[in-house]
Amino acid sequence: MIKIDYSNQKDTRSGFGAGMVELGKTNPDVVALCADLIGSLKLDKFIENHPERFFQCGIAEANMIGIAAGLTIGGKIPFASTFANFATGRVYDQIRQSVAYSGKNVKIAASHAGLTLGEDGATHQILEDIGLMQMLPGFTVINPCDYNQTKAATIAAANHQGPVYLRFGRPKWPVFTPEDQEFVIGKAWKISEGKDVSIFATGHMVVKAIEAANQLEEQGISAEVINIHTIKPLDREAVIESVRKTGCAVTAEEHQRLGGLGSAIAQVLAEEHPVPLSFVAVQDSFGESGTTEQLLTKYGLQASNIVEAARSVISRK
Amino acid sequence: MADIQQLERICSQVRRDIIRETHACQSGHPGGSLGCTEFFVALYFEVMQHSPDFSMDGQGEDLFFLSNGHISPVWYSVLARSGYFPVSELATFRRLDSRLQGHPATHEHLPGIRVASGSLGQGMSVAIGAALTKKLNGDDHLVYSLHGDGELDEGQIWEAAMFAAHHKVDNLISTVDLNGQQIDGPTEKVMSLGNVRAKWEAFGWDVIECADGNNMAQLLASLADAKTRTGKGKPVMILMHTAMGKGVDFMEGTHHWHGVAPNDEQKEKALAQLEETLGDY
Repeated sequence: MIKIDYSNQKDTRSGFGAGMVELGKTNPDVVALCADLIGSLKLDKFIENHPERFFQCGIAEANMIGIAAGLTIGGKIPFASTFANFATGRVYDQIRQSVAYSGKNVKIAASHAGLTLGEDGATHQILEDIGLMQMLPGFTVINPCDYNQTKAATIAAANHQGPVYLRFGRPKWPVFTPEDQEFVIGKAWKISEGKDVSIFATGHMVVKAIEAANQLEEQGISAEVINIHTIKPLDREAVIESVRKTGCAVTAEEHQRLGGLGSAIAQVLAEEHPVPLSFVAVQDSFGESGTTEQLLTKYGLQASNIVEAARSVISRK
Repeated sequence: MADIQQLERICSQVRRDIIRETHACQSGHPGGSLGCTEFFVALYFEVMQHSPDFSMDGQGEDLFFLSNGHISPVWYSVLARSGYFPVSELATFRRLDSRLQGHPATHEHLPGIRVASGSLGQGMSVAIGAALTKKLNGDDHLVYSLHGDGELDEGQIWEAAMFAAHHKVDNLISTVDLNGQQIDGPTEKVMSLGNVRAKWEAFGWDVIECADGNNMAQLLASLADAKTRTGKGKPVMILMHTAMGKGVDFMEGTHHWHGVAPNDEQKEKALAQLEETLGDY
């Protein structure tokens, strides 16, 4: 049983902002770009400390991606930041040609991903971005689960040579990972040991997976919770090793069912170790306005949905 | 002092290369390539400080970005002829396993290319980014970029135009190839550009015009003029008038040869008009 301290909540985007402040001090090559969303991306402090290392792009995301690609020529490490919807789908071809195909060391920092941004509604709630970005050859895709992990992932992204998609969000969310954690890209983090079912979760859904594991434990079911913070490259060994033990798995993500973490894990397991699977994700629909918790409930992304999915895969073993 | 006659002789050979590259694979874009031959030769053989000993970061040298990547035949020829890679490699243009992709790419590590282009409208943004890094690194060399006039249809160009003026990117010289043609026909028919000069001036650029970008002396004068305008708080734009298909009489001034390769007979007819000055590959 893992205890979550619900009194300690911070937004993951602030973890990004804190990571950038740290990088501002430690890595002079790191520069930041933003498309008129400095406050939302929590870049104020970085800009205050290093005004010459920040480029305001205005509401022109396509240009921002191209400029980020150009900044790498001569050794800068640009973090191009905006809302996830405008950082991916809106500028997909710019990312594809100028960044991915060109092998540029650009970091795309995307906030307000998924349903949890809430009231702004479906125009802003991108649920396809993990799929879009993991399809691009050579791209690393990271979706950290809390403030501390987002800060650590931001620093790790800067130290990684190659394009990175860093996905985080708006709401205040429980902080439960260690402050001084070592973040290794592509290395899954086993949060709890279990023997009956594996739960692979990413981003905001990790805490829901922990809640689900606690509820399952009360029902006498032992769940192994694994935090897949890096969707690409996926930690195949960790996934296979866990499922060899448990014999079934549930995935949980704040993303479409098609193309995200669930698809990636299903592909690995179909090839390597087929077992009953269930996918807690958005079922091929757009979101809508509402509070974070209302939306997670309506679209089936609560701990109870993970519990239900776990019981279902166990029964299919 | 530039040896204009020698530069013109190089142009003749580059034009032969363009015809032979596109003929051999029966694809590619000869029209715009022929029209921009003087521009590429002027940049690589006279104007830019650059090293064929290629490094991606290009510190301490001038950089060039081709935004309208489909005119790759002229760029490949000029890169090879100025020592970036063996001239014989031009024979691999658009072939399987070649470094000379249909549109320029870094993926196969062809020396001289710093970003992929082909999907239009992206190169100016990349050039601006590289120019910003030069400023951050205290490198006072310049960044050049080339764009098609049809490419001005893309919205990203105007996002970049606004950014460059706002951030005073004054170590950038961009050129638009005003040949008045795009795939579907004359630009005025496909998508009227209106007053191009007034547009760039309204976006805050220092704009000069080169009335005949196929006249080497005139073009060198424009490039020299552009250089004197850098470092003064504004990005510099050269509106360069050229004739698509220049140098081959039956290809000149029409959009027909935008993306069509010459057949055997047309190749011979074209080569007969272009002196072999440096030796064919």
